Amino acid sequence: MTTAEAPAGRSIPYVTAVNEAIAQLMREDPDVFLAGEDVALYGSVFGISRGLLAEFGPERVVDTPISESGILGLGIGAAATGLRPIIDIMFMDFMGVCMDQLVNQAAKMKYMFGGKAKLPLTIHTMAGGGRSLAAQHSQSLEAWFCHVPGLKVVMPSGAYEAKGLMAAAVHDDNPVMVVNQKSLLAASAVVPEELYEIPLGQANIVRPGSNFTILAIGAMVPAAVEAAEALAADGLDVEVIDPRTLQPFDIDTVVASVRKTHRALVAHEAVRFGGIGGEFAAQIQEEAFDYLDAPVGRVGAPFSPVPFSPALEQHYVPNAEKIANEVRKILGKQV
Amino acid sequence: MTLSSPETLLDLHHRMLRIRLFEEEAGKLSEAGKIPGALHLYVGEEAVAAGVMAHLSDDDQITSTHRGHGHLVAKGGDLKQMYAELFGRATGYCKGKGGSMHIADLDLGMLGANGIVGGGPPMAVGAAFSNKYRKTQNVAVCFFGDGASNEGTFHEAANMAALYRLPLVFVCENNGFGEFTRQERHQAIHDVADRASAYGMPGAVVDGMDVMAVYETAGEAIARARRGDGPTLLEAKTYRFFDHVGVRGMGVVYRSDDEVREWRKRDPIDLFEARLAEMGILTREAANEVRERILFEVREAIAFAESSPFPKPEALLEDVYTVAGGVA
Repeated sequence: MTTAEAPAGRSIPYVTAVNEAIAQLMREDPDVFLAGEDVALYGSVFGISRGLLAEFGPERVVDTPISESGILGLGIGAAATGLRPIIDIMFMDFMGVCMDQLVNQAAKMKYMFGGKAKLPLTIHTMAGGGRSLAAQHSQSLEAWFCHVPGLKVVMPSGAYEAKGLMAAAVHDDNPVMVVNQKSLLAASAVVPEELYEIPLGQANIVRPGSNFTILAIGAMVPAAVEAAEALAADGLDVEVIDPRTLQPFDIDTVVASVRKTHRALVAHEAVRFGGIGGEFAAQIQEEAFDYLDAPVGRVGAPFSPVPFSPALEQHYVPNAEKIANEVRKILGKQV
Repeated sequence: MTLSSPETLLDLHHRMLRIRLFEEEAGKLSEAGKIPGALHLYVGEEAVAAGVMAHLSDDDQITSTHRGHGHLVAKGGDLKQMYAELFGRATGYCKGKGGSMHIADLDLGMLGANGIVGGGPPMAVGAAFSNKYRKTQNVAVCFFGDGASNEGTFHEAANMAALYRLPLVFVCENNGFGEFTRQERHQAIHDVADRASAYGMPGAVVDGMDVMAVYETAGEAIARARRGDGPTLLEAKTYRFFDHVGVRGMGVVYRSDDEVREWRKRDPIDLFEARLAEMGILTREAANEVRERILFEVREAIAFAESSPFPKPEALLEDVYTVAGGVA
């Protein structure tokens, strides 16, 4: 749909982009506050809230007990009564602890109450593996939340997206989950100094191409671009699309691409079986069946919990090589 | 309003009777197959909702339970919109999208009945946090049952409320059962209020069949919260005359008919009417007049609901999300 808006400017890491977004959002609107485990004094275990306590004080940057249901409920009750909370759930793996508040309360309140409730709630969390943090601290569970009507889900793939999507999420009047990637925290990109939004539900063509479409999310976006560069040697001209928002999903941009390229695959770090790639692939074949020259492929993690040993985890988290090999497989070439 | 003023007492009576008649008529409609789904009726527990709500304004919030009609009626809920919601009509409080267990009126500060046991306490923390953040004098009250006091959410909420010194009153409506399981079979303690000190807040037990006792005790806790002294855990010992779901009072496997009859002797409305007559504030005849007036309101509301349209099919996909620029 659009190409990445990346004017020449200063380059900052993803973690700084998130931090800057939250700070600017809090300056702009006194109703915005941040609450979560270790977000205040410690600046978050990932550094995303460093400096915020000093600037905004303990009433607006709130350290909570380790109580995910309580934390989510704090956000929901505050959002329902006029505030605009950012709630941090430290690791996405902990969503299981607060599922009811998220899925049965936050997601459904507006609908169940006939439209009266408004929940401008942002739920920030960190996903992904590759850091030897093992099974309970490495998951990508976005598929669960894309499946719940009433929630929106965004997954920034770089520093520019991280700031723009955080702003859009906080400005949106719905419960929006921002799934940041811990493996991308140090990845730098050009990020405008002023606050800006990336519209929700709008995909980005990261790398234009003509004969293969890779739809990639989160940390798989840079991996897909790397795969695309490698595949150029095979004579392929790969188009990489980053949906940026997973729910609502911009199928139109993807279909327009597949009509052009005739071949597609979806890549995500999450387990392949039941991952959101299944939904995207189903939609692609529904909407662009007549344009496809090959089945829609999917790259995801194997069907197991995330292993600890680096000897195993290196085979677990998808990467550029796995994506490129899947492309070749789809094209009928040897791996 | 002071406890001794006739206005206060008559208001408490009116709130209780309004709940009772609303619930009894709803029960009959459900039995007659006119209301779809399940109803969890508040009959017998009226003194708790009335005694607490009499201290609250529309800007004070409550979170509720699956047994939430009594809470909404006591907080000034409109009976027409309530019945219409139970009937699944477009004119209902939730446009027919929520039903009994999700009935809500945010304008009255009623943040919804809840189909999840223990779903309310964390959100009550949020509402109280919001009151403190916005520097209002408002209070949040969290209603929950003895059953819910075993859910982790209660414990998290209690800790956070005390830690942050929130303007929040926890009101445990201990009716002796977590669904169909008697309290002594679902928790090791007898007084839920004993848990208060574990979280660093005061606790108190109150006779939930005595509306004046509830009014007085709740008044203290709410005043405490309003002046910034933090949360309280109140436990109202009460009893539901009907079944967990539906209207059956007797002939159930988990309690004896004799037990129900014993508790019925302490019907909170009968007890209060006797006291009001004794005090010369409300004669039997006057009490009957109040009853007739409320019954008229109830019947009018039912007629409104029965003649209301169902939601159109397009309504199915409406209000899943707030649309930018739209009004909630």
